[in-house]
Amino acid sequence: MTGVLLPPPETGAMGGRAETPPAPSRAVLAQDWRRLVRLGAVGAFAQVFIALSNMPVRLDERVVVKPVLSLGYLTLLVVPFAAGYRVGHQIKREGMPVYAAGAHEVAGGAACGALAGGGLSLLAVLLANFDLREPLVNWSPMLAELLAFGNATWFAVVVWLLIGAAIGAVGGILRTLGPRTRRAAVTMALAVAGAAVMEPLVVDLAEGMRLEALTDRLYARRGGVNWTSALGLAAGSGVLAVLGRGRIRQARAHIASLEGAKRNRANSGLIVLTGAALIILPLFAGKLTNELLANVGLFVLLALGLNVVVGLAGILDLGYVAFFAVGSYSAAVLTAATSPRINPELPWLVALIAVVIITGLVGLFIGAPVIRMRGDYLAIVTLGFGEIIRLLFLSDWLSGWFGGSQGITKIPGAGIFGLTSVAGTDPRRVFYLVLAFCAIAIYVSWRLERSRLGRAWTAVREDETVAEAMGINTVNVKLLAFVVGAILGSFSGAIFSAKVGSVFPNSFLILVSIVILVVVIFGGMGSIVGVIAGSAVLIGVLGGPKQPGLLAEFSEFKLLIYGALLIWMMLARPEGLIPSVRRSRELHQEEMAQDAWLRGQVEDDDGSGAQAAPTP
Amino acid sequence: MTATNGNGLAPGADAANGTGRRPLLETRGLSVDFGGLHALDGLDFEVHEGEIVSVIGPNGAGKTTLFNAITATVERSAGDILFEGTSLLGLDPNRVTARGIARTFQNVRLFANMTVLENVMVSQHCRTRQHAFGALFYTPSFRREEAEIRRRAEKVLGFFGSRLVGYRFDQPAFTLSYANRRRLEIARAMATQPKLILLDEPVAGMNPVESAELTGMIGRLRDEWGFAIVVIEHQMDVVREVSDRVVVLDHGTKIAEGDYADVSTDPRVIEAYLGQGTETS
Ligand SMILES: Nc1ncnc2c1ncn2[C@@H]1O[C@H](COP(=O)(O)OP(=O)(O)OP(=O)(O)O)[C@@H](O)[C@H]1O
Ligand SMILES: [Mg+2]
Repeated sequence: MTGVLLPPPETGAMGGRAETPPAPSRAVLAQDWRRLVRLGAVGAFAQVFIALSNMPVRLDERVVVKPVLSLGYLTLLVVPFAAGYRVGHQIKREGMPVYAAGAHEVAGGAACGALAGGGLSLLAVLLANFDLREPLVNWSPMLAELLAFGNATWFAVVVWLLIGAAIGAVGGILRTLGPRTRRAAVTMALAVAGAAVMEPLVVDLAEGMRLEALTDRLYARRGGVNWTSALGLAAGSGVLAVLGRGRIRQARAHIASLEGAKRNRANSGLIVLTGAALIILPLFAGKLTNELLANVGLFVLLALGLNVVVGLAGILDLGYVAFFAVGSYSAAVLTAATSPRINPELPWLVALIAVVIITGLVGLFIGAPVIRMRGDYLAIVTLGFGEIIRLLFLSDWLSGWFGGSQGITKIPGAGIFGLTSVAGTDPRRVFYLVLAFCAIAIYVSWRLERSRLGRAWTAVREDETVAEAMGINTVNVKLLAFVVGAILGSFSGAIFSAKVGSVFPNSFLILVSIVILVVVIFGGMGSIVGVIAGSAVLIGVLGGPKQPGLLAEFSEFKLLIYGALLIWMMLARPEGLIPSVRRSRELHQEEMAQDAWLRGQVEDDDGSGAQAAPTP
Repeated sequence: MTATNGNGLAPGADAANGTGRRPLLETRGLSVDFGGLHALDGLDFEVHEGEIVSVIGPNGAGKTTLFNAITATVERSAGDILFEGTSLLGLDPNRVTARGIARTFQNVRLFANMTVLENVMVSQHCRTRQHAFGALFYTPSFRREEAEIRRRAEKVLGFFGSRLVGYRFDQPAFTLSYANRRRLEIARAMATQPKLILLDEPVAGMNPVESAELTGMIGRLRDEWGFAIVVIEHQMDVVREVSDRVVVLDHGTKIAEGDYADVSTDPRVIEAYLGQGTETS
């Protein structure tokens, strides 16, 4: 093992000190050992943590690839893989790798993975010999069985070391692949994983399109991709990836390079296509898919609203759920016959106008004192207001109006011009309604961003003092962002109450605010496409605060995964999944300035001065 | 009175401007305290229409503080500031800008991630009206105003020759060279359509060629655009070149005032600079 971690002979023995790039010194590689042990230890700790959180046992029921891999076991393979991949991280000098990746990466990955897997070996021994139930209450007794694959403890010890080493080596091998092969490998893995994750969706859609024959072949009867189809899928996608060879990327670069009118045409073409797909798809989809789409849509709507506040104007609002709550409750009071104090039983669309006005006023009322604060203070105060609103709905004092903890029930569906009524019993209609409002929200964000107001928001976010000095009334402008965000949130609330048919104070916990914020940050602050993608991934796959996602089994561990994802995102890609141009500029100013300099787009001071020599 | 005035304005004209009419900007007994420190101490200062006034003085004399007090970025402790005869007291900074006073910052403060054009467009905020409604429904008046904002931005940027136009329009401000950042700051101030521009060390960090060029431009700002200008400057050749009148501050008070030739030979001024050290000369 020692040998393989040393530099490969060519570079190590080169010796010529004047040569560039310089051969790595022993000191640099000695650090590799330290890093390996450190990463391995962290990995082992993470493995034990995951095992004790009971995730493996709980998720064991969901089969990914039949019969070899369940979601439970998958959770135990992620860490060794990541550790094995990570440890092969190349030392670079001035952007150039010091030496080519090779056998030492694979061996290092295996060693690191084995260390991480060793965490589970240790855990198996501990579980067999000590009673850990007392302080660690989460794990279930089935864990020991799961770790040992039903065999004796020594089996678990050996097997997890081996599995860790193997998976870590795979991570290391990924390092040694050329970019093309690596892309193919990643595509293959993603294809299988995607097929497994999307299983409920695909089955549901296939039923609607009468393509059961296809899904019967792809998926096992009790769930999970058949291993034969998994292989086929991997092979197929691998071939496609090799043939495609980054065509997608090329196409995207091509669209990005288009000018003015052409680019607009390409963009509107894309939008029309996506819109058409979203309108046609639900016709074939069953209840489950439509329910999922509707839930995602509600969160898209909320996230778009928060995006105006946080992403465009830079106001960190931690109590955004307040507007969702006010929207829901005011719609409920205005439409439900059972509402305690007043029940005008307005048609939904008419009520919506009142809801918008009410929420706008509440936004103004909360915003006015809050908006003058900056940074952390503002965040804390909005957090407080979010809770206050919920507690008001819960309070005895207002229970004559809002029913206290009993909430308001039997809310009628949303009637549209007396044509149809949209209620939760028909998720397809709910989805169409949500889709319409998402379209409105997207349009609003898009138009506002490209207006005088949007520019002022950006300026305020960049430097509030200077914005003020340049003649922008920062208080008004920020308040307006707050109100626009509130109104967009109230749409979501009004649909929510009609969909669910009842509202309770505990639907509006602070958790909802946090989840929406996570969606916005994860997707990419200030980016409309990013926010939609963020909702699709987080809410669609993992699920919302109370709504199940595609991986419904995750519900218990949702917050854990949210947190882990958020941390990873902040480290690896702080601008989010699909960032806005400006946001990535903010975070990568230096690199971008450097790139611009390399392209010759930045003149140095002397140069520009000399060029435009005296013109008296 | 032999100082060459690069702007071709006869010295006599200044005097006529200076005495007869009401000043454009006037501070009366203006004081600013930071804790125990009197950054400004009962300052009387005035600027007339079409005038270029230089404010000089050693480091820490209170020059920037004067700008900050005029634009309401710092709280004054006593005194009054009159602009076109009415007081600016109690106005928010954005109202002051709307009244017609624009400024640049000593340490360049652009909206770094906005493009060059956006920087200038956003600075027209207080001169434009369109709100959310127009943007949402894409009304004709909205489109007209957007086009007008853009046209004005391009015009202002065009003032600096080829420096900030063409492909530079769409480049983020942080990619600009230092000199161009300073130019963009001036462009941004011009875009607010002010009557008075306050320039805080506009040529700091520029090489001699650039600084000579910008000196000429300050004159053109007055002659072609009709702004009154106050310049804080440490470089004496620039001061000599541009100013109709020079005001010397030290420890927050005015120690001398007059044209460049008088001020530069005033013993109190020499003492203020020498007493402080020679690095600012
Ligand atoms: N915000 C502040 N808080 C406390 N003291 C300040 C503040 N701003 C300025 N001062 C102090 O007020 C005095 C005047 O500062 P000012 O920035 O006006 O000087 P200046 O004449 O512009 O100097 P320079 O030539 O270095 O720019 C200095 O002693 C400075 O330390
Ligand atoms: Mg200063």
